Amino acid sequence: MNEKTMLDDQHYENMIAEESVCNAENLVYEKPSKVLYDTPMHYCPGCGHGVVHRLLAEVIEELGITSDIIGVAPVGCSVLAYNYLNIDMSEAAHGRASAVATGIKRVLPEKYVFSYQGDGDLAAIGTGETIHTCNRGENILILFINNGIYGMTGGQMAPTTLPNMKSTTSPFGRDVETMGSPLKITELVAQLPGTYYVTRQSVHKPVNVRKTKKAILKAFEYQKLKKGTCFIEVVSNCPSNWKMNPVESNKWLDENMLPFYPLGDIKVPDKNLQTDD
Amino acid sequence: MKELKLMKGNEALAEAAIRAGCDAYFGYPITPQSEVLEYLSREANSRTGMTVLQAESEIASINMVYGAAGTGKRVMTSSSSPGMSLMQEGISYIACAELPCLLVNVNRGGPGLGTIQPGQSDYFQSVKGGGHGDYKLIVLAPSTVQEMSDFVGLSFDLAFKYRNPVLILTDGALGQMMEKVELQPQKTRHFEDLGWTTTGRKNGNGRVITSLHLKADEMEILNNHLQAKYREIEKNEIRFEATDCDDADYIITAFGLVARICQKAAEMARAKGIKVGVFRPISLFPFPYAQLKEYAGKVKGILDVEMNAGQMVEDVRLSVEGAVPVYFHGRMGGVVPSPEEVLEKLEEKFAGGVK
Amino acid sequence: MAKVKGDIVIDIEKCKGCELCMDACPQDSLERSKQVNKKGYLYIVKVEDNCTGCTNCALVCPDGVITVYRQTAKNKEQIAKITNVTGDITVTVKE
Repeated sequence: MNEKTMLDDQHYENMIAEESVCNAENLVYEKPSKVLYDTPMHYCPGCGHGVVHRLLAEVIEELGITSDIIGVAPVGCSVLAYNYLNIDMSEAAHGRASAVATGIKRVLPEKYVFSYQGDGDLAAIGTGETIHTCNRGENILILFINNGIYGMTGGQMAPTTLPNMKSTTSPFGRDVETMGSPLKITELVAQLPGTYYVTRQSVHKPVNVRKTKKAILKAFEYQKLKKGTCFIEVVSNCPSNWKMNPVESNKWLDENMLPFYPLGDIKVPDKNLQTDD
Repeated sequence: MKELKLMKGNEALAEAAIRAGCDAYFGYPITPQSEVLEYLSREANSRTGMTVLQAESEIASINMVYGAAGTGKRVMTSSSSPGMSLMQEGISYIACAELPCLLVNVNRGGPGLGTIQPGQSDYFQSVKGGGHGDYKLIVLAPSTVQEMSDFVGLSFDLAFKYRNPVLILTDGALGQMMEKVELQPQKTRHFEDLGWTTTGRKNGNGRVITSLHLKADEMEILNNHLQAKYREIEKNEIRFEATDCDDADYIITAFGLVARICQKAAEMARAKGIKVGVFRPISLFPFPYAQLKEYAGKVKGILDVEMNAGQMVEDVRLSVEGAVPVYFHGRMGGVVPSPEEVLEKLEEKFAGGVK
Repeated sequence: MAKVKGDIVIDIEKCKGCELCMDACPQDSLERSKQVNKKGYLYIVKVEDNCTGCTNCALVCPDGVITVYRQTAKNKEQIAKITNVTGDITVTVKE
């Protein structure tokens, strides 16, 4: 075993040595180390949270707003987001992240503020806060990760669990007759005059990762305009609780989640409004 | 020159908040405290630029307080009993994350939706914890409209001194009644980086406001730290008022508005030749155990009077440690006891000694 | 169009072996290693010498363990163009 490892490592090192490509001059992509800590994330292998964290860090780094941004972490798998994002952060009670973000933004209106919330947090226990924050048009970004399940507590049914989808509390599949239908809260908040930019993205393919990053970038640029709430839903996976491997989970997401939660912009800023400012 | 004004308790408190340089108020209407939100909505922003926001619920209010307090600003909310119950989760988070802020409970009679009349039945909730986990609020109980005003600035000072939420526990009668108030001078709103505040990353690593410590030993370290802080508060911040207690044969213990009623009852008793004093804890946490105990050693008995089924009386008994009999008289559901009634109870309980 | 020469470096100790990069690689350059890292994961290694430095693997990596290099970086304008072809957003270009 040891010998084999050594051989493998040797092979790997040889490859690096042979190719002169790996030098600073040729660097085209590395993780945003100024905002993303080097700490390994606690997320399960293949979890979309890691990608979204990295994209947030990239955008914050590229916009150069590291010292002007305050994030709010939710209760759920991403409760420890502040262990990975090297920015000032506040950890909110379950469902209350957008209220906490409101409190911060109201006393620091010139700073960038975002909340990072999962579907149980944002669309079940925090529905009231979510809707009223959006309705007041708080100038914050709400980043909503929807994987259709309660990840941290072990795979219970979420407000966004698909019809007939199995979870530990809908073991025979979500019966919409008795358990209700999945809540499309993103479409709901798009109806509110307070929201400025509402979009649904995913991070399951490279092209979607790029689009999500672009959406986050836009949202922070819009925040400067003080025109209302930006709301980004990221349809994501939960390999562990969907009981699939990561690749399968992304395929399942593509085939099952996306038909129900179609990707794309739901509300885009009025061009005239934008130029007025 | 003194600035005197005739004001409602709730309005005096709101005015004091503006003058104390409060940065933000987040609240939700509930009788009998809505005047605080109304007054601030009308007055605050135009005078000092203070943020005033009517939230969608008490739950949202307290979490807005949590967010804003994390930036080091002077932040407050107010509510009445059912609303305070809704806030308990957030208060527990605030206490654990050690965020300074001012909370005001204009207590009404409970339980349940109860009544909109005054009550003191939230003593346990305020003093003993209310929310989950081992935490303490500094609790101040005003008994006059003047104190409703004076305790606001004091509360902010204590909150920042100890990085701990401070609760003003008052009641519907004090909130609604009008009295002459000497107003405090206007303080300018100021802001400083306190080293822990989240206002955007400074040099080094980002700061975190959290109440989550997953490892048991880390959580215990935090708990030990909190408890040490509470012991420090107990050492330094005891406040009480002892009226005519030095030569008294009997002492009435009461807090807030009821203490004033009892002071009247004590006067009536003294007119009848019965030497009665009134001991009024002003800080309910920290409770003046030792101070009350000292008096208890000199008297023949204590009557505790409250607008509840007997809550502070437990702390009175802990102070007295059985040295003398402690009796209780309480009215509930929004009924305010009269001085005559208190005197009658006093004579009844201490019949042998008094008559 | 001539093939662009690229390469990646994987921080194998932080890799959780989720294989999303393998799935995203258009060149099939990646494979699961036969060894586990200190955390016990079968990490991913580059086995083929056909990487174009397209960044797909790094984009989908939840743990940010992949650093991507592309040989044509001598000409920065060219880099920018390539990035615009592969996606509609600029990928961080380091000098």
